[in-house]
Order: sequence, then structure tokens, then C-alpha cells
Amino acid sequence: MTALLSLSGLTRRFGGLTAVNALGFDIGEGEVVGLLGPNGSGKTTALNMISGALKPSGGEIRLRGEPIGGLSAHRIARKGVARTFQLVRILPSLTVAENVLAGLAFRGEPLWGEAARDEADLLLRKVGLEGRAGEAAEQLTYIDQKRVELARALAARPSLLLLDEWLAGLNPAELRTGIDLVSHLRDTGITILLVEHVMEAVRALCGRCIVMNAGTKIADGETPAVLRDAEVVRAYLGTAHA
Amino acid sequence: MLTTTLIAGLVLGGTYALVAMGLTIQYGIARTMNLAYGETIIAAAFAAYLVHNSLGISPILGLVLIAPAGFAFGWLVYRLLLRPLVRRSKGGAALEIDSILATFGLLFVIQGVMQVGFGGNYISYSYMNFGVDVLGASVAANRLLALVLALAIGGGLYLLLTHTRWGTALRAVAVAPASAPLVGIDADRAARFGFALGGALAACGGVVISMYQTFTASSGVIFTMKALIVVIMGGVGNLAGALSAGLILGLVETFVATYVSPGLTLAAVYLIFLAILLWRPSGLFGKARR
Amino acid sequence: MRTALGFAAAAIVFAVLAFAPFYLDAYGIGLMIGMTGYVTLASAWGLFSGRTGYVSLATVAFFGMGAYTVAVLNETLPYPVILLVAGAIGLLVAVVVGFSTLRLAGVYFVIFTFGLAELIRQLVTWFETTVTGTLGRYIFLPVGPEHIYWQLLVLCAATLFITWWVGRSRLGLALRVIADDEVVASHIGIDIARTKLALFSVSAVIITLVGAIQAPRWTYVEPAIVFNPTVSFLTLIMALLGGASRLWGPALGAIPLFLLFEWLSANFPDHYSILLGLLFIVIVFVLPRGVAGFAKDLTRRRPGGTPAAPKLDAAPLGTESREARS
Repeated sequence: MTALLSLSGLTRRFGGLTAVNALGFDIGEGEVVGLLGPNGSGKTTALNMISGALKPSGGEIRLRGEPIGGLSAHRIARKGVARTFQLVRILPSLTVAENVLAGLAFRGEPLWGEAARDEADLLLRKVGLEGRAGEAAEQLTYIDQKRVELARALAARPSLLLLDEWLAGLNPAELRTGIDLVSHLRDTGITILLVEHVMEAVRALCGRCIVMNAGTKIADGETPAVLRDAEVVRAYLGTAHA
Repeated sequence: MLTTTLIAGLVLGGTYALVAMGLTIQYGIARTMNLAYGETIIAAAFAAYLVHNSLGISPILGLVLIAPAGFAFGWLVYRLLLRPLVRRSKGGAALEIDSILATFGLLFVIQGVMQVGFGGNYISYSYMNFGVDVLGASVAANRLLALVLALAIGGGLYLLLTHTRWGTALRAVAVAPASAPLVGIDADRAARFGFALGGALAACGGVVISMYQTFTASSGVIFTMKALIVVIMGGVGNLAGALSAGLILGLVETFVATYVSPGLTLAAVYLIFLAILLWRPSGLFGKARR
Repeated sequence: MRTALGFAAAAIVFAVLAFAPFYLDAYGIGLMIGMTGYVTLASAWGLFSGRTGYVSLATVAFFGMGAYTVAVLNETLPYPVILLVAGAIGLLVAVVVGFSTLRLAGVYFVIFTFGLAELIRQLVTWFETTVTGTLGRYIFLPVGPEHIYWQLLVLCAATLFITWWVGRSRLGLALRVIADDEVVASHIGIDIARTKLALFSVSAVIITLVGAIQAPRWTYVEPAIVFNPTVSFLTLIMALLGGASRLWGPALGAIPLFLLFEWLSANFPDHYSILLGLLFIVIVFVLPRGVAGFAKDLTRRRPGGTPAAPKLDAAPLGTESREARS
């Protein structure tokens, strides 16, 4: 069985700096995987290469065995890879519904017209924004903007969902709501790769974790074991605590 | 034949390099696209023509008057026309559209004034129009002088900008306009000065051009365009780049005109422009990445 | 309901306008041709530039190609076929120009289109003098001024309809997403370069057709006449003044400005260019609403987001645009 997403030797250099160095891992269908690591360890760079925002300097990215490394972002998106952004990125001049419609209208099998509007309503209900369709996305609270962003990503009916610190910056109550939302998605069988700093969320959501440090993978395995791993603790907290 | 073409190409290229340096300074430091740049060049050419024909003063001496006039003109244009727009836009993209429109307007005004003053005919005057033997080829003395002038002015400016304190300050603004104030550089003053300096270079370019070329009130647009292309070829704000790109463009144009057809020079220029846009949008001599 | 009312109102306006030639003298019809021409040009310009933020200075390049195509083919092909050929040529050039420049930052596009008319003019001149050996052609077509007017009116209505339709279509949504955030746009599957190219091509074909339809008015055509750069600038200022991103904006800008320019050129033929230039400057300074309103739609920035409009920042131009290339 081929993995849904498979990275091998993935490398990205910025001038003299190697942000991601020969990164390799597989993610199977239906897995929810956490990608951890201290700031600057290359998590977001890796995510950007998978989604096509950055071109790899070397290595391979395969989606269901098909190489997608180096394709432009819109091509990758149409193959069913959806993502959210580190700092929430809604489309400010559009309404809530239009934000989701945009996700529907340009995916691999586009949806437009009446059917799209119904589907948008459904998605908004799924993320807890029923009845808010006509509001200006710009006016929403932070957590609600995150909901819009998630609904837009789900609109693509993604086979792989990339969440870039989607749970960062939420207060404890919002965080619980957010975790519930993602765990609900997990139960529907969607494959998720999330870059996350919030350990509570990682423990609750991810069966498996990959840890990066200085551009390379330093741990990969079941979440509780990985989080106990001495090397991981050292990478996060420095040698004194190890 | 080859030597003659080569020298003619160098003369033209030197002129392009000179005017493009002015534009790259204006554009790099003041960050506003001046579409009336070519009109400044042609106005200076007309001034040189007047000085030569009415007052009997040689264009070289005329340069002493015309270059400062170009400096003052650039200063005024920035102070009166562009600074209010820069202030109004507060760094937004509105400035792009506003400055294009405003300098467009200026283009028409200057062109219209020249049209009223000199009519629409081709103008030229005869200055040092005798042949000089260079490596076996006969070259008009005025062309050689044009080349020497272009290289002297352009080279001198290059040294000034790279080896003096205020030159470094100007270049700092070109590289990082936002952080220049942090190290005590007045960006607004630098922009005004850069624009004025560009005006002076355009004026020098105009005088140099008038010595060996015919021109009309409506020739400015072509010069603006070629200067812009040279600026992009060389990388915006890159003086050495503008110098080399200008020479390349002049050589290509002259060779195409001599060996292919004079009617296709602009097509050749555009072909180069297109190739650079597609393969090296940051310029032949620009850095590919920061 | 509002849509239906709007359509009815527009239909009535166009129907009334269609009867104009029966009540006007030759000068009046000429005026209406010029005005309808500019309304169409400005609307077509706004269709692309008003929605993408790319300032096109190539209007007269396409306009002139249309007119010159008619001049070259008027004795060899039937009139409708000539119009088709003209449109096809406009499309071809638009695709080549758009493909090579629209993936880059907007400033390259401005500069490229700035010289495009001059380039095409010189190429046509070169072709005529070295290949065919003639410069200047006569147009003998049995197309009366009222027919030119009606054709332009149809084209104008079509342009407005296309603009309206784009506003409601997937293409329109794609453009609004791109204007808001290009990064998000590409990550939800929008092919940004292709979207811009499509719109540029449509706009360019319309502009080419305006030139082609108006060509018989000249009888005698040479490159210097049909590639007059003033056309590009007038179109631009008309569209900007009226509001380039709105459906009726360019038309509202075009009508008063066209009349003003007509009056200026009739009364101050020698100083026309100076007055035109001053008017440009005055419009930028005194009436920033149209210009600023236009810009405002394009400059929505989000914190940490990419600006929607093409930037003029000098140094990072290349680096940024390289990223955008696919």
C-alpha cells in the first residue's frame, strides 16, 4: 500500500542556510500526524513545500505515489491538498459565505451556483458558523476567522489537510472548541498534518508525532513515546533539562 | 566596417548608460517612476541646440549651464509634483498609479511646450563634424566626444556615489528606504536629491545626444523606454548594472541597424527585454535572491 | 429584481442611443462615434486594469492593430471576416504579451506596455517599407458613419454585459480573491497567471475591435496615425476618473472627458498637448476620488499578507516576482 503523502530527501536552502535538510517520512491514509519542533526548525518550510508555496531545492514529495514536489500551489491544491496559515488568512473583503464559496469554486472538481451555496451552508454549520454567512469576514473574532479558514480548507474536500499552528493564539475555552473541531474532522477519516506548539492539542489529536530540529527529523513515532524522548526534550528546552 | 559599427555602438551605448544611470538613481532612490524622463533629455538637447546656434557657445560649455538647470528641474519636479503624492500615499500602492499619471501629464506638458517652441521637425546642429581616424576607421569627432563625455560623467558619478559619504547615504536609501531614517538619513531629502541628480544626468545625456543625433519634440518617449529597459536589465538602483546594460543595448542596436535593418532596432531591444523578463527578472546584474 | 430593472434600463438607454443617427447631423454622428468608442475603450480597460491592478498603457497598441488590420485587408476580404481576423490578431498579441509579463510584478507590465505601441508601430512601418514597399493605405469600405456607430454601440453593450457577467462568475470571484490575497488564491486552486491572462485577452480583443470598427472613418491610414499614444492615456484617465473597477465607472468618466477633450482640441489645437498634460496633473491632485478610489480597491493589505496591488518597490522586485513564477 502506498502512503498518502511520502517525503524523501526533501531539502530547501535559502542562500547559505539549509532550512530543511533531507527530510523524509510517510503519512498513511486517515492518519493525524503532529509536526513539532522549536522555532526555526523548518516545520513551516516543509509545510510550504508540500503545499507548493515554496519549491524544494532537492528531494521528492509524492501524493498517492504521484510526484508533486515543485508543482505550483494551485496545481497541488487541485489535487486535494488544502491548508491553513500560521497567521489566519481569511479574504477580508469577502463575506463569510464567499470565503467558503471560493474554496469550492476552484478545487479539482469545482462547485458553483446553487449547489455551492448549499454546500457552503453545510460547511459553515460544520465549523459552527451557521447563520453567519452574510457577515463580512473581516469583522469576525479571531476564533471565528479561524473557523472560516478551516471551512474554506474543508471546502476543497481535501485528501490531505495541512494545519499550520491552527490552534495557536486561542484562549483556553477557544482551544477546547478548536480541539473538538479538529478531532471531529479526524473521526470523519480525513488525513491531517498539523504543525503545532500547543502540546495539549498534540496529545489530544495526534496518534503520531514527527519532531524536527535544525531542519532534520530527530524523532518519529507514537505521540507519548516521542514526547518522552530525551532528545526531543533537549531540542525544546535545552541541555540543562535533559 | 566592423570597427565603425563597434565605435558607433559604444557611443550610443555610452549615451544610454548615462541616461539610464540618471533614471536608475531617480527610480531607485525616490521610488517613483518618471515617465517624463525622456522629455527632460530632449529638452536639454533643445537647450544645447539653442545655446550653440543662437549664442554660439559650444555644447561642452553649454553643459555647465544645462546640467545645473537639469538638476534644478529635477528638484522642482520632485518637490512640487511628486512629494505631495508620496506624502498622500503613505507608502501605499496608490503612489504607483499617481506618479505614473502625474509624470504622464508632465510628459505631455513638456512635449507640448517644445512643440509650440520648435515645431515638430527634426532638429540637429553641426558641431565638431569632422572625421577622426580610429583604428583605421573614420569616426565623427562629435561621436568620440560624446563617448568620452558619457563615460567621464557616468564614471565620475559612479566614483562619487561609491566613495563618498553622501553617496553611501543615497545608496542606503535605494537599498532600504524604510530603515534609512534609523541611521539618521533623511529619506525625503535623499529622494529629492536623487531626483535632482537624475535630472542633471538626463540633461547631460540630452546635450551629448544633441551633438551627434537628430531629434524632435516627440523623441522623448523612446528614450524613457530604452532607459527603463536598461534600468531593468541592470537591476533597479544598480549603477554598474546600468552602465554595462546601456553599453550592451547600444551595441546590439547598432549592430542590428547595420547588419539587419535599421527598422528593427526597437524590435531587437524588445526581444532582449522580453528574454530578461522571462529568465532574469531581477536584472542581468541584479542578485537573484536577497 | 434589481438585476432585471438594471437590464431594462440599460436596454432602453441603448435603444434610444441607437436612434441617434436619425436626428443628428454628420458632426453629431461623428461625435457619438468618438464618444461610444471611448466609452468602450475605457470600459474594456477597466475590465482588466480595474480588476487586477495592472496599469495597461497598451490600449493604442491594440486599437492601432485593429485599425491597421482593416487597412491592410479591406480590399481582399469581406468586412465581417476582417473583423474576425483583427480580433484574432489582438488575441494572439495579448496572449504573448500577457504570458510573458503578467506573471511578474506590475511594474514590468507598465513598462512593457508603455513601449508596446511604439514597437508595433515600428514593426509595421518596417514591414510596409521593406516588404510591401508602401507606407500608408487607403480604406474604401461601404460602411457609413451610422453603421460604424451602430457597430460600436453593440460592442459597447457587449463590453458592459461581459463586465457585468464577469462580476458574477467564477472568474469574478477568482479576481476578488486574488485582489484580497494572492497566496490564499493559489492555495485554493486559482491559477493566478491564467486568470489575469484571460481577462487581459478579453479586454485586448475588445480594444482591437474598437480600432477595427472605427478604421473606415479615416479613409487614409498610416502607422503614425493609428498608433497615437494619446489614445492610451485618454482611456486610462477616463476609466480611472470614473472608477475603473465599477461597471458603469469608465463610461461615466469617458463621456464628460471626451467632450472636454473634443472642445480643447477644437479650440486650442496648438496647445492641446500642454492642456492635456496639465489636466492629467490636475486630476491626480484635485480629484483623487476616482484615482484613489481605484487604488483603494487594490491596496487592501492584511497584516502580514501580501499586498494585492503590484508593488513599485525597487529592490525586491525581482526576488518576489521570481517566486510568483510557475
